[in-house]
Amino acid sequence: MKAPTRPSPLEALDTTDERLVLRRGALGSLANALARIRSGDIGTLPIIVGIVLVWALFGILNPVFVSSTNLGNLLVQSASEGIIALGIVLVLLVGEIDLSVGSMAGVGSSILGVGFVVHGWPLSATVAVVLAAGAVVGLAYGLVFIHFQVPSFVITMAGLLALLGLQLVLVGQTGSINIPFSSSIVRFMEKDVLPHLVSYVAAAAIAAGYAGVSWARARRRARAALSSRSVASILVPSVALLAGLEFACWYVNRAGGVSDAFVVFAALVAVMDFLLRRTHWGRAVYAVGGSREAARRAGINVTAVYLSVFLLCAMFASLGGMFLAGWLGASSTEAGTGNVNLDAIAAAVIGGTSLFGGRGSAYSALLGVAVIQSIANGLDLLNLSSAQQFMITGGVLLIAVIVDSISQRARRAHGRA
Amino acid sequence: MHPNDGRATAATARPILALHGISKAFGAVQALRDVSLELWAGEVVALLGDNGAGKSTLVKILAGVYSPDAGAIEINGQPVSITSPADSRRHGLAIIYQDLALCENLDVVANLFLGRAEGRLLLAEESMERQSWALLRSLSAKIPSVRTPVASLSGGQRQTVAIARSLLGDPPIFVLDEPTAALGGAQTAEVLKMIRQLRDRGHGVIVITHNLADVRAVADRAVVLFLGRNNGIFDVREVPPETIVAAITGLNGHAKGQPAEASAGASTP
Repeated sequence: MKAPTRPSPLEALDTTDERLVLRRGALGSLANALARIRSGDIGTLPIIVGIVLVWALFGILNPVFVSSTNLGNLLVQSASEGIIALGIVLVLLVGEIDLSVGSMAGVGSSILGVGFVVHGWPLSATVAVVLAAGAVVGLAYGLVFIHFQVPSFVITMAGLLALLGLQLVLVGQTGSINIPFSSSIVRFMEKDVLPHLVSYVAAAAIAAGYAGVSWARARRRARAALSSRSVASILVPSVALLAGLEFACWYVNRAGGVSDAFVVFAALVAVMDFLLRRTHWGRAVYAVGGSREAARRAGINVTAVYLSVFLLCAMFASLGGMFLAGWLGASSTEAGTGNVNLDAIAAAVIGGTSLFGGRGSAYSALLGVAVIQSIANGLDLLNLSSAQQFMITGGVLLIAVIVDSISQRARRAHGRA
Repeated sequence: MHPNDGRATAATARPILALHGISKAFGAVQALRDVSLELWAGEVVALLGDNGAGKSTLVKILAGVYSPDAGAIEINGQPVSITSPADSRRHGLAIIYQDLALCENLDVVANLFLGRAEGRLLLAEESMERQSWALLRSLSAKIPSVRTPVASLSGGQRQTVAIARSLLGDPPIFVLDEPTAALGGAQTAEVLKMIRQLRDRGHGVIVITHNLADVRAVADRAVVLFLGRNNGIFDVREVPPETIVAAITGLNGHAKGQPAEASAGASTP
C-alpha cells in the first residue's frame, strides 16, 4: 500500500482502470459535465434553465417582476411553501408521499392562532406545541404505515380530511383569528431582514464554507490515495458562488433586503442536505428508497427510517404553517387549503426529486419552490386570475415530469438508470 | 449415523458446515426429507436438483428464514440453531440470493457498505472507498468506477459487488443461489473465477445451480436432491455428467433409497 502522502494524480486508486476516460483540468471538467448531461445525468440543469426562462419571460412582460422589491418579496413568499416542500422531499426519497402537508400546515397555523393570540401563550411555547403536534401526526402516519402496510397516500389522505376537520374546530366559528401586526411572528415574516452588512458577510461565509469543505474533502481523498479535485476546480466555482451571492444580496438589499424567514428556510435546506449526504441516517434514507428489501436484509432499521421521514415531513409542514400564518397575519380556515398541498409536492418534483424514491436532494425544495413561486408571483403581477395560475402551474409540473422521464430514458440508454 | 463420523478423527478434520437429517414439511408437502450435506473449508459444493427438489427450502433453512422440523446443523462440529437471518450471519454464513439485494440508486461503495457504513457521526467516505478498491482489486474484479450507481453495472459486475459485499464480514461459508442464471458467457466466466477465488482463500462455497457446465467448471463435489431427498453425492472430476443428470432427473434408481451413499473419493481439501 502507498504511504499516505499525496499521490501523483495518475496513480490514484480509483483512476487505474484502463477503461476510464480521464479528462483533467478546467476544460476536462467542462467536457465531463457535457458528457454527463448527454447521458441523462442532468442534475439541476433543467431547473436552472427553467428559472432563467421564467424570469426572462416575466421580466419582459412586466419589468416590475425583476425589480429588487419584487425579488425580495419572492424570497419571503418562498419560505413557508419551501419548508413544506422540504418535508415532501424526504418522504419522496423513501418512495412514499404525504398528501396532508397542506392540512398539517393549516393545523399548525390554527394552533398558533389559538395558543398565541387567543390564550396568550409565549411564542416559544406555541412553536413547541405546534412542532409537537406535527411530530405526533407524523409518528401516527409512520406507525400505521409500518404496522398495517397501508399505502402512504391513503393514510395521509385520511389524515388530510381529519386534519382539515381539526383545523375547522380550532379556528372556530369566526373562520379567522387575526394575529396582531406588532407581534414577533408577523414582524419576522413580513419585516425582518438581514442587516445589509450581515447579508454580505453571510454570503462570503457561505462561499468560504463551500471552498473549505471542498478543500478538506480533496485533502482527505488525496491522503487516502484517491483522485481529488484540483485547487483550481475548487476555486472557480467558489468564486462564482461568492460573486453570485454577493450580487444577489446587493440587488435585494437595494429594496427590502434578505428576509429572515427565507434565511431560516435556506438554512434548513442546507442542514437537511448535509444530513442526507453525510450521515448514516441519510444513507439509510436513500437505501430504503432504492430498495426497501435490500436495505432490510442489509440490517438497516427500515422501520426507524420510515418513522423518521414521516415525522420530519409533518413537522416541517407544521413549521411551514406557522410561517404561513405569520405571512398572512392570520390563522384562517383557508390556511393550507387550496394549492398549498399540491404546490409543495409539485415543487419537490419540479426541483428534481423522483416520485419513485431514492433520487433527489434537499436542494430540490429550494429550486422547485423558486419556480412555483416565480410563476405565481409573475402571474399575479400580470393580473391573471387564480384560474389561469392553476392551469399554468399544472402545465409546468407536467413539463417537469416529462423532462424527468426523458432524462431517465437517457440514463437508462447510457446505463445510468 | 453421521456421514462424517469416519472423518472426524482429528479436531481439524471437520467440515465447516454439516447438515444431518434435515426435514421440513409445508402442510402435507414434505419439502425436505432426511437431507444431509457436508461442506469443507476450501471446497465448492454444487447443490443440484430439478424444480421442486428442495434446493431453495434448504437455502432458506441455512438463511434462517425457515426452521427445520427435524435434523441438526453443525458449524465446525458445533451444533447450532439458526432461527433468524441474523443468526445465520452470526454463524458465518453469507447467503447471496438471486436478486442480489442491491440498491441500484446507490454507488458501489454505498452498496458494499450497506447496513454497515463506517464513520462515527459522519460517513467515512474516503476510508470506505479505499477499502472498496482494495477488496475489488483482491478479487481481480473489473469495475471501472466505484462511484457510479449500481444501476449502470452489468449483471456480472453486480454479482461481483454482491459477493464482495458479503466478503467484508469475512464469513467462512458462502451460499450462492443461481449466481450465473441471468448472465452471458463472459460474465459467467467472471463470476466462476470469483467463486474459485473464494475457494482458494479457504472459504467453503455452496453453489445452487441448474447449469452442469458451471458445475464442471468450479465444483469439487455435487450434491443432488430429488423430490426433497438426497439422491447422490458425486465427485465432479470423476463422475461423467450423464450420471449427475440421471440423479437430477431421478433416473438412477436411488430416489427411494436413504441418503445416497457418498460416491467413492468425495474430495476433501
